[in-house]
Amino acid sequence: MAVKAKALARPATRPRFSRRRVRQNLEGWLFIAPVVVGVLSFYFVPILISFYTSFTNADGLTKPDWVGLFNYQRLFTRDQFFRRSVLNTLFYVVGHIPLTIGLALALALLCNRPMRGVTWFRTAYFIPVVTNVVAVSLVWSFFFSPRGGIINWGLSLVGIGGPAWLTDTTWAMPAVIIVSVWFGVGYPMIILLAGLQGIPEIYYDAAKIDGASTWGRFRYVTLPLLTPAIFFLTITQFISSFQVFGIIYVLTGGGPARATSVYIYYLYQNAFQNSRLGYASAMAWVLFAAIALITLVQWKLQKRWVIYD
Amino acid sequence: MANVSQALARTRAGNQARATVMLGRFGVNLFFYALMSALAVAFLAPLLWMVTASLKPEHLVLSLPPDFLPRHFRWENYREVFEVIPLFLYNSVKLAFLTVTGVLLVTSLAAYAFARLDFWGRDFAFSVLLATLMVPGIVTLIPLYIIYKNIGWIDTHYPLWVPKVLHSVFATFLLRQFFKQIPQELEDAARIDGASTFQIYWRIMLPQVKPALAAVGIFAFLDSWNDLFGPLIFLNSLELQTLPVALKLFQGEFFSQVNVLMAGATLSIIPILVVFFAAQKYFLQGITMTGIK
Repeated sequence: MAVKAKALARPATRPRFSRRRVRQNLEGWLFIAPVVVGVLSFYFVPILISFYTSFTNADGLTKPDWVGLFNYQRLFTRDQFFRRSVLNTLFYVVGHIPLTIGLALALALLCNRPMRGVTWFRTAYFIPVVTNVVAVSLVWSFFFSPRGGIINWGLSLVGIGGPAWLTDTTWAMPAVIIVSVWFGVGYPMIILLAGLQGIPEIYYDAAKIDGASTWGRFRYVTLPLLTPAIFFLTITQFISSFQVFGIIYVLTGGGPARATSVYIYYLYQNAFQNSRLGYASAMAWVLFAAIALITLVQWKLQKRWVIYD
Repeated sequence: MANVSQALARTRAGNQARATVMLGRFGVNLFFYALMSALAVAFLAPLLWMVTASLKPEHLVLSLPPDFLPRHFRWENYREVFEVIPLFLYNSVKLAFLTVTGVLLVTSLAAYAFARLDFWGRDFAFSVLLATLMVPGIVTLIPLYIIYKNIGWIDTHYPLWVPKVLHSVFATFLLRQFFKQIPQELEDAARIDGASTFQIYWRIMLPQVKPALAAVGIFAFLDSWNDLFGPLIFLNSLELQTLPVALKLFQGEFFSQVNVLMAGATLSIIPILVVFFAAQKYFLQGITMTGIK
């Protein structure tokens, strides 16, 4: 409506290239110029270089040679560490995402209750998100220490002999997942809380009149209306957890015996410890393809479960 | 008479019912307070442990059961940590300052133009900008390393703030949403008074989106302060390192005692908490703005 009125206000005979119009274009591009420069030099140029590099044996020192599809072939056929890193990443993703979203939903429901001081609790659950991954992972590394660590001490109180966690090939990844859930649950919680607060009270009133129980109201009102938020979170959580790095870098360094060497960690090792820049670039593109594919599949599947009212 | 006693009995029953309801609600609330407090303790325990460990003598840090209230405060830990960290702290503060001011200026200019100016190619440029979010940052990391190597940026601070300032899609997107909500009349009035486009942006529009600027500012601050990949990959010199990354890199060297390490960790988190509590409202608003479309 406003647009229409504006268009009508313009004289119909105005020339297309009036001085004013040129000035407007110039001004507009001047305002966005820094961002345009940024996108070109820190995004498009690097993308082109990255794609080219993935077909070379670049090592950052000598002049790179073209090796065709060799890097990609090697990834899929000959590199058992690569296969291991993919499996480790899947293990992490399968543990991290359901736990994070499930706990975030529980916390959001708790924080949505009309109670005094509820914002204090919300802040407490959210604080880990803003803290620094290095500092808190260092703390957790002491928590997980087999002797003298708080976690195994707590387990011993209920008669369980805890594992060696970070130095145990079976338990290192679960330890990483525990820290990642603690660290990351606040963000989805805030998104879900906003979703909960956006549900009109009238739906609950209607459900009450129809005799729905508390569980019924949750199952047939709350949950369906939260599906768009949950969908958004699943997509973003998939993208970010495929790229987990910081917690693992500090807690385990990919160990023990590669048990927590996830995709980005192995890529980091290849690129910056072994100077295999070409090979690591190929890894980056494979990851991008995988993420794009998974996002696309999720997008297609959303019709089956996401409800937009 | 019968009526009266009946009525009385009814009120009494009503009162009793109300009392049970109230008692019930009290009980329910008590249950939820207990549950939520227990969860809060679990979430805060690592931070609490960090602070108390930073104030203990080393031999008591890992004692069990853990005592979260040290009897003797050993402030020397902080004196010791301050012998090493001022340089790292300075680097972190400097980078955060450059990033935050740069991001605020660059993204607000662009966001204002995208939201309110009418120019050729605007919508195309904006959609290209948004599309760059699709490719994960890891893809550009290696080529950026190669570029920086060629232009002599390795082992300088430039890679840690220049790209963050110039390629900040998320902040531009967030600010654009806010600029779009400002009524057109405000801009028209200023234009009639003869204000230039830049004056309108600076004097009229920017003050209108202060909450959004606060949100963008905090995001930029956290992004800079908590950056791990950047300092790890692009810096070699000890004297350029940022505080959080230095904690890990020199854990065995400068911070070999757990209590001193935890003093350093505490100092690396205090600035974030100060900023967070000062502007928590805007920060949470910013998150929900981008999460729910």
